Amino acid sequence: MKSPEVAADVPVPGLDLDAIREFGPFRAYAQDVRVDSGVIPDKQVKTHCCFCGQQCGIELKVKGNTIIGIEPRYDFPFNRGMLCPKGVKRYLQQAHPDRLLSAYAKDSNAPSGFRRLPYEEAIRRVADEIQRIQTAHGPNAFAVLSGASLTTEKTYLMGKFAHMCLRTSNIDYNGRLCMVSAGAGNKKAFGVDRAANPWSDILETDVVLVAGANVAECAPITTNYIWQARERGAKVIVVDPRITPLARTADLFLPVKPGRDTALFNGILQLMIENDWLDHDFIARHTVGFEALAREVRAWTPQRTAEVTGVAERSIRRAAELWGTAKSSFLMHARGIEHHSHGVHNVLSTINIVLASGRIGRRGSGYATITGQANGQGGREHGQKCDQLPGGRELANPEHRAYIAGLWNMEPDELPQPGVDAYEIMRKAHAGEIRGLLSICFNPVVSLPDNNFVRAALEKLEFFVTIDFFMSETSRYADVVLPGSLQEEDEGTVTQVEGRIIRINKAVECPGDAREDWRIIQDLARALGRERGFTFQSPGEIFEELRVASKGGICDYSGVTYENIEKHDGVFWPCPSETPAGIPATSAQGTLRLFEPDSWNPIARGAGPFYFPDGKARFNVTPYVGPAEDVDADYPVILTTGRVVSQFLSGNQTRRIGPLVDHYPEPRVELHPKLAARLGIAHGDWTTLRSRRGTLTVRASVVSTIRPDTVFVPYHWGGRKSVNQLTISAQDAISKIPEFKVCAVNVVKADGPPEYATQLEPQQ
Amino acid sequence: MPVPETREFFLDASRCIGCQSCVQACAECDTHKGQSMIQLDYVDRSRSTQTLPVICMHCDSPTCAEVCPADAIKRTEDGVVQTARKPRCIACNNCVLACPFGVPKMNTRMNLMMKCDMCYDRTSVGLKPMRASVCPSQALAFGTREEIAALRPGARPVNTFQFGAQTIRTKVNVLVPKAAANEIIDVTAAMYEPPLGRDLLDDMSEPGRSPA
Repeated sequence: MKSPEVAADVPVPGLDLDAIREFGPFRAYAQDVRVDSGVIPDKQVKTHCCFCGQQCGIELKVKGNTIIGIEPRYDFPFNRGMLCPKGVKRYLQQAHPDRLLSAYAKDSNAPSGFRRLPYEEAIRRVADEIQRIQTAHGPNAFAVLSGASLTTEKTYLMGKFAHMCLRTSNIDYNGRLCMVSAGAGNKKAFGVDRAANPWSDILETDVVLVAGANVAECAPITTNYIWQARERGAKVIVVDPRITPLARTADLFLPVKPGRDTALFNGILQLMIENDWLDHDFIARHTVGFEALAREVRAWTPQRTAEVTGVAERSIRRAAELWGTAKSSFLMHARGIEHHSHGVHNVLSTINIVLASGRIGRRGSGYATITGQANGQGGREHGQKCDQLPGGRELANPEHRAYIAGLWNMEPDELPQPGVDAYEIMRKAHAGEIRGLLSICFNPVVSLPDNNFVRAALEKLEFFVTIDFFMSETSRYADVVLPGSLQEEDEGTVTQVEGRIIRINKAVECPGDAREDWRIIQDLARALGRERGFTFQSPGEIFEELRVASKGGICDYSGVTYENIEKHDGVFWPCPSETPAGIPATSAQGTLRLFEPDSWNPIARGAGPFYFPDGKARFNVTPYVGPAEDVDADYPVILTTGRVVSQFLSGNQTRRIGPLVDHYPEPRVELHPKLAARLGIAHGDWTTLRSRRGTLTVRASVVSTIRPDTVFVPYHWGGRKSVNQLTISAQDAISKIPEFKVCAVNVVKADGPPEYATQLEPQQ
Repeated sequence: MPVPETREFFLDASRCIGCQSCVQACAECDTHKGQSMIQLDYVDRSRSTQTLPVICMHCDSPTCAEVCPADAIKRTEDGVVQTARKPRCIACNNCVLACPFGVPKMNTRMNLMMKCDMCYDRTSVGLKPMRASVCPSQALAFGTREEIAALRPGARPVNTFQFGAQTIRTKVNVLVPKAAANEIIDVTAAMYEPPLGRDLLDDMSEPGRSPA
C-alpha cells in the first residue's frame, strides 16, 4: 500500500494545546443572566438564524449587551415558529468566552503563538503589507477569500474592495464549496440561478424527488414541507447512499453509489422516453436540444443503469413511472449530487427530467437547489465570485464592465480580468504566485479538501490576514487577525433558499475592539489611501448602491427596499424598479415563481419564460463519467462526507455551543455491518481511514443505513479530526466545486486510541 | 389561566427526525432554563435512523403521583401533571421507577424530581409550548383536534395505552395511521416487534455481493 502523501514539512496540527487554551474552542452553556428566570429582556429583536440557507425567522432576547435567549417567530411565513436545534441554541455564540476582542499578531515568543495588537496598528500593518506585495509582485499577487454567510451588503463590498480598491483578479468565496455546481447548472439550463419556486409550492405537489440532500439534518424545516405534501397523497422519492431520516419513510429509496448520479437520471430519462412519459408540447415550445440528449441516453437501459448506479432495476423503473406519470412534481437537490468532479452534469441530468416532464414554472410544480449557507443565494450574485460583477454580471463581458466601472467612477480597463477559484488560489499560493491573502468568513483549513495541502499553501504566504470573530483553525495560520462581527452585531440583508431577500437586524454591539466587517474593509481602504468608494456610513447606504449596481442585471434588486422587505416578509428577486412600456410592473413582493408561461425577463424580453434570447430552456447532453478516484485494491472503500444536524460548516461557531457539541461530540465513521464484519470492526472501535492524501482515526458507528461499499464521516472538525485530510481536490471542470462526496480509502481497525483522544475535548 | 382546553399535544413518532430541537427548546423554558425535560434517543441506531422523544404524557391517573409517598406530585384541574413540589419531594425515586413511559428524572443536584409541566408558564400566557413550536418535522404538534385533522388526514389520535395489566389514558395524544384498527396501543406487545425501517440491501442492484 502506498503511504499517505502528507506534506512532510507541515505537521498535522490539532495538538497545539497552548493555542487551544487561549482561543478554544470551548463549550458555552447557558448560565448566570441566561438562566435567571427573573430577568426581563430589554428588547426582543426580530431577525433570522445565522446558520443555514433557510433563514428561519427568530427573535433574540437581549439584556444589556447579551443575548439571553430566543423566541420562535410565528409571524415569519417560511418557518412559522419552527427551528432546528442550531437555531434554538445559536444565541450561545454571543458573549462567548472565546470571542476575539482585539486584533492579534503572530508572535512566536507567545505561548499561544499570538499577541494582542492595537486595532489601528493592525490596520496599518495590513495595509503596508498589501502595498508592499502589490508593488513588488503586481496587483494579482494579493488575493481575497470571502464567504456566503456574510450579508449581501458585505459580499458586494468585498467584490468592490478586491476589484476596485485592490485591483486584483483573485477574489473568490466559500460558495465554491457549496453552490457553484447548482449555479452553473441552472445558468446552463435556465439562464438564471435561483430556486425556481417558493417552498409553498412543495405543499401542493404530487411527487417530491430529493436527490443528494439530507434534508432532515441540513435543512430541517423543509422536512415539514415535504411531509405535508405527503399528507395530501404526494409520493416521496429519495436518492442517497444512506437511509437518512427523510429516506426512512420515503415511498421509494434509491441507494445510489456515490458519484453515479448522472447515470441514474439518464436511466430515468430513457425510461420516460421509452414509455412516452413526456410533455411534447412543452419540449417543442419552450426548450431546445432534446433530440441530442435523447440520443445520448438511449444506451442507458435499466439493466446498465442498475449495474452502474448500484440501485435495483425495479426501483429505477418505479422511479421513472412515479416521476413520468405525475400530474405535478417538485425536484430538489443539494450537495450530495453537486460535490463531484462532474457535479454540473449531475445537476443538469436532474434538470433534464424536469424539463422533459414540462412541470416547471407553475404553482405546485417546479425545481430548486437547497442553498447551504445563510446567504448562499445572495452571496453568489453580487461580485465576490472570481468571474463576477454585481447583479449577476460577468467580469469578462465588456458591456457589464462598462456599466459597473461607470457606477464606480473608474475606467472599464482599470477593472481586473476574471481570476481563479478558491482552490486554485491555494495552488497559486503554494506555487509562490500569490504572496498575500485576506480571508473573511472562510475556514479553508477545515473546509477545503486535501487540507494538508491547504496548510502547506498558507504556510508559504508572505502575509496572511483574516477577519474573524473566533480564532478559527485557519486564523491560527494568519500573521494578523482582525476582530470582525457576528451576524447579530450588524444589520443588512440576505437572500434565502427561495430567492427571498430578508432583513438581518442588529441585536447587540460588537465587543472590545471588534467592529462590523464592512467598517474594517473601509478602514483598510482608507489606510491604503484609496478610500474613494469606501465611505459608506451604514449597510443601508451600501444596499442603495447595490440596487443601482444590480439594475438591469439578471439578479435585479433595483426595486427592493428595506421597507418593502419588512412589510412583505421578504422580497423575491428579480424585482426591477422599472419595466419596459407595456410590461406590468413587478409587484412589491418581487417575483415569487420563475418561468411562468407569459413572464417577462430582461434576456428573453418577452420571447419566452427562460433567460435566453429565444426564451427557451436548454436540455444539456450529460454523458456519464465516473468519479476522479475510484476504489482499487489498495483503497477499496468509497468515502463520502457530509453534515450532522447539530453542527454547521467548519464548526467555528457550533463547536463552541455546548448543547450542540453534546448532541454529536466528535466525528465517527459510519459503516455497514457487512463491511464491519469483514474488517473485524465493532461498534465503537477506533478505526483508521487512509487515503492517498492523509490519515484519520475516529470511532466506528456500525449501522445498516449505509451502502456496504461506502463509509461516511461528517466534516465539521479540524486538525486531526478533520476528514478533509483524506478528501480529494479533484474539481468539476465547469463549476470548480471539489469532489467532497467520493474518494477511495482504506479502512482498518486502529491499534489503539489516537493521541488526541486523551488530550483534547471533543470539539477541539 | 389554565391551559386552553381546545388545544392539545399530539406526538407522531413516524415524523421524528432525531434533531433534538425539542430537547434544546425545552431547556429554554423560563421555569427550568438550562435543563431539558425531554429525552430523545434512537430506537435501534444499528438498524434504523428512527428516533423518539420521551415526553410526559400527562396521565389521567398518574402512576408517578400514585406511588409518591410524600404526595409531592400534583395534577391540575385541567389535567397537567406537574413537577414534584420542592418542599415535599424526598427524592426517593419511586416515580422514576414506576412511570411506565420512563419520563420523570431525578435531579440529584437539586434533590428534586423534575418533569415536563406542559409549558404551563407559556400556555398560561397564550404562547405555544416551546417544543411543539420548534419541531421542524412537527412530530410534536400543538393545536386543536380540528387543526390536526386537517393537517394529518391520514392519521387519528389515540390516548389509551396498555402496559401489561395496566391501562393508562393520557392528556397527550399519539397519532397513528387511520387505517390501524387499534383503539389502545399495547406498549408491552410492541416491545417484541422488530424495529421499524427499511433494509437498504433490498433497494440495491447486487445485494448479495460482498462489499468493495
